[in-house]
Amino acid sequence: MVTPVTSLGRNGLYDWLIQRVSAVIIGVYLIGMLGYLMCTGDLDYGSWKAFMGSVCMQIANTLLVIAVAAHTWVGLWGVTTDYLTSLTFGKAATGVRLIAQVAIALALVVYLLWGLVLIWGGA
Amino acid sequence: MKVSIYRYNPETDREPSMKEYEVDTQGKDLMVLDILALVKEQDQSLAYRRSCREGVCGSDGMNMNGKNGLACITPLSQVAPGVLEGKKPLILRPLPGLPVIRDLVVDMGMFYNQYEKVQPYLQNNTPAPAIERLQSPEERAKIDGLYECILCACCSTSCPSFWWNPDKFLGPAALLQSYRFLADSRDNATEERLSKLDDPFSLFRCHGIMNCVSVCPKGLNPTRAIGHIRSMLLERGI
Repeated sequence: MVTPVTSLGRNGLYDWLIQRVSAVIIGVYLIGMLGYLMCTGDLDYGSWKAFMGSVCMQIANTLLVIAVAAHTWVGLWGVTTDYLTSLTFGKAATGVRLIAQVAIALALVVYLLWGLVLIWGGA
Repeated sequence: MKVSIYRYNPETDREPSMKEYEVDTQGKDLMVLDILALVKEQDQSLAYRRSCREGVCGSDGMNMNGKNGLACITPLSQVAPGVLEGKKPLILRPLPGLPVIRDLVVDMGMFYNQYEKVQPYLQNNTPAPAIERLQSPEERAKIDGLYECILCACCSTSCPSFWWNPDKFLGPAALLQSYRFLADSRDNATEERLSKLDDPFSLFRCHGIMNCVSVCPKGLNPTRAIGHIRSMLLERGI
């Protein structure tokens, strides 16, 4: 049994479930947003700002940002552990994989914090 | 017809190469194994495994024009369009992803290691009955489509997840066998078996691309078995 320390849930079932649940959240959000855009006639800045500033959309956007970050991490963690291995990089594989995973993790943390500031910052 | 065969002898060759042969099939839709026998008459140095020549032993798994299968039960007409008519060459390579010992013979060690990990035998710690552990016809039916695996390795060696992580991902063949014992009413080591599959690699590295289903010469469905194991883990975990 393998227990990688960098996987999100440290467990196959958790990672699998996180990826499925986050995919559902992203899918529902996209369908809802598409429905809103199709049902709304002339959309100007004021109505868009009011729509996005509502508590419901702030919560939905927060869920979306977290879901995208989690989904991306599980997916890219899979990609790095598939392709950045000793088969392709020999002895340097661990270093290459660690650098890639740290870079992805940092980018996602920045994305997550930036997203939350945009959603809840009230700008 | 033209036959192109992967040739590699680690003792004499620096790198593998493809060698061309011309074989006269007299227009017959021969099995690929028959073609190999005809090539072997021309070139005694060609190495490949074969035994039962009727799809039971699983020895002659190989890659035929890009798709894994058993040479003994694959007629030329099923390899690829145009091969039987001689419009396209028959291209034979060893099973992908396993180390080549020589020509079409691969080292199955990694494949068997993964098979061993799933403990492919009945485990039951209750006292043995006087005669045998009985199953109802319904319980017995649950292992149909699972016990028929002949361990030819066509499925696991067509799976990219197995290519990239052959030491961590168990592969479709071993997982099919794992579910064969999880589904068996006479086995009561379910908890131990499931707890060994709960990491991100052993089972969950399957992304469901179904190459295994596409190539299985026995028509089995490892992806479905993997899905059943996932469901069992889910029921156990939440």
